Amino acid sequence: MQPLTKLNSRVVALPLNDIDTDQIIPARFLKVTDKADLAANLFADWRFTADGSPRPDFVLNQPQSRGAQILFAGNNFGCGSSREHAPWALTGFGFRVVVATSFGDIFRNNALKNGLLPVRVDADTHQKMREVLEENPQGEWSLDLEAQSLSLPGGLTVHFDVDPFSKTCLMRGTDELGYLLSFMDQILAYEQAHGKQVGA
Amino acid sequence: MNQPKNIVQKIWDEHLVAQQPDSPALLYIDRQLIHEVTSPQAFTGLRQRGLQVRRPDRTTATVDHALPTLPSPDGTLAGRLALADELSQKQIAQLETNTQEFGIQCYGPASDRNGIVHVIGPELGLTQPGMTIVCGDSHTSTHGAFGALAFGIGTSEVEHVLATQCLLQRQPKTCKVEVVGKPGKGVSAKDIILALIAKIGVAGGVGYVLEYCGEAIRALNMDERMTVCNMSIEAGARAGLIAPDEVTFAYLADCPLAPKGAEWDAALEKWKQLPSDPDASYDRVVTLDISNLEPMITFGTNPGMGMPITASVPFPSDYSDESQKAALEKALAYMDLQPGAPLLGHAVDVVFIGSCTNSRMTDLRQAAQVMRGRKVAKGVRVLVVPGSQPIKRQAEAEGLDKVFLEAGAEWREAGCSMCIAMNGDQIEPGQYAVSTSNRNFEGRQGKGGRTLLASPWTAAAAAVTGVVADVRTMLDD
Repeated sequence: MQPLTKLNSRVVALPLNDIDTDQIIPARFLKVTDKADLAANLFADWRFTADGSPRPDFVLNQPQSRGAQILFAGNNFGCGSSREHAPWALTGFGFRVVVATSFGDIFRNNALKNGLLPVRVDADTHQKMREVLEENPQGEWSLDLEAQSLSLPGGLTVHFDVDPFSKTCLMRGTDELGYLLSFMDQILAYEQAHGKQVGA
Repeated sequence: MNQPKNIVQKIWDEHLVAQQPDSPALLYIDRQLIHEVTSPQAFTGLRQRGLQVRRPDRTTATVDHALPTLPSPDGTLAGRLALADELSQKQIAQLETNTQEFGIQCYGPASDRNGIVHVIGPELGLTQPGMTIVCGDSHTSTHGAFGALAFGIGTSEVEHVLATQCLLQRQPKTCKVEVVGKPGKGVSAKDIILALIAKIGVAGGVGYVLEYCGEAIRALNMDERMTVCNMSIEAGARAGLIAPDEVTFAYLADCPLAPKGAEWDAALEKWKQLPSDPDASYDRVVTLDISNLEPMITFGTNPGMGMPITASVPFPSDYSDESQKAALEKALAYMDLQPGAPLLGHAVDVVFIGSCTNSRMTDLRQAAQVMRGRKVAKGVRVLVVPGSQPIKRQAEAEGLDKVFLEAGAEWREAGCSMCIAMNGDQIEPGQYAVSTSNRNFEGRQGKGGRTLLASPWTAAAAAVTGVVADVRTMLDD
């Protein structure tokens, strides 16, 4: 996992509510057995016409989206299926941050395990950020994860919550499995104490 | 005296392995179910780290999402698998390889117990009260019907559980959902859960585990309880559960892998301690009165966009919130439905009866009740897809297959089928489907397809009339 500390990036605006993981990556692209190439089908049914050509009116196909690392969504982003292919497709495209007023629980967990930071803001803040974005769609936003802040053009700085554990993992680029494995003695002791050991 | 606890708190405390300050808890997982679509990268991860599956005895696999449900042209398994495209064949083969290599029991396509993961887990007796159960599938909430804490996880977490039998978790908030009243004719468990989601919204349960209780829940059989818990995730709740009772125990007594003999007696004693203490507190309480509930149907592109079957599609101007207004406008444009128009009488192209929500015996019997002696309307394609091979055999023993076939429906092999449209079963762009599945997201049942979620009764009514119909006019009193 690539560490995430600071970044400056333009922002892709997709401020719709309830964007589900079937939109982020439709099920027919889940037949892969690896994580490669999912980005090519990110938002496939919104991004491409039936014959596979890009829809010019869809934001990801517009020049300002190229290289953008921040996605600005609406409420309940990533609801629906548990497919981790959704954060894989988003990070494969280059995104490191998604801003929304809330996230699907499973998506949020999956995102954090893939170096994708879900930034949750309240509705008023969301509205202010949206206004900045509408005024200045090309402007760069600055993330400082240590400070837990996003700085927008024009002086708006938004502070957000991130739990200390996830923050450390993101900043160091470490994943959780190593942490889990370090508890093996406690896991064995738990199994013994609860009659859950092998063959019990 | 000990602090009273609700069932979620009891299961959480029983499975807590470790908790460091400023870190999530280590929660022990009693059972992991895996399937072909969300597990390959987890096994790749294990191999890359040189890790083993710690507890293959607590891991069970099936093949369901990508498996074609068409009957084999030549009666052989190879013939059926050949109906899958190359990528799916590879994915299915990889699960078989992975489970063999790591010593995991796999109820694959060759097994006479194969079926949808959330159907076979309970059927086998793998799903038991008080357990923690996970699967790389959001509808894992289904298993909550037995009083288990069961939730969907991503592939990284599948790998975590394979490697350690634990997950890093934060204690969820709890929401008590009290369902009161008696359902009227033609109103099923599906209508109850669609009504709840319409009431609290698709984000209404985010961060919570829902505990369903109340007289209307107690009156449900296990199939119906699974339908309710299955769609907890459609309200945004990772898990939903129902405290076990005599109905639960009677179901489990017949399951092949449930405890037997003295082990059963011991398990039963523990299970009876699970229901929430009388004074247990919750972070939130929601009440749903179903006394006057009609059959429900969705009109939009998320499961919260549902309404009584006799109602009319809402107007965007009914909403004060701009983003909700925009969402409804977008949904109605996709669905090509007019605000203020009724859905009753709206033409239907496809009817799908199946999925982990509604593919069990209760569901098939209800559908057959409507379709018996009637014919599928001209031009309508009807798929009836049992949730597992045992359900298929039981339905055939009861003659339900004949009812469906004589009506003009297709009777399929077990699998996820048209719920997920990645196995050959899908609707065409622009078509309308009345579906007993769980998601009406854009393109969910096929690119450009339009899904109306409803109960098996309502789906069967659409099958024989060719339009959205009120099943209450077709059922005897």
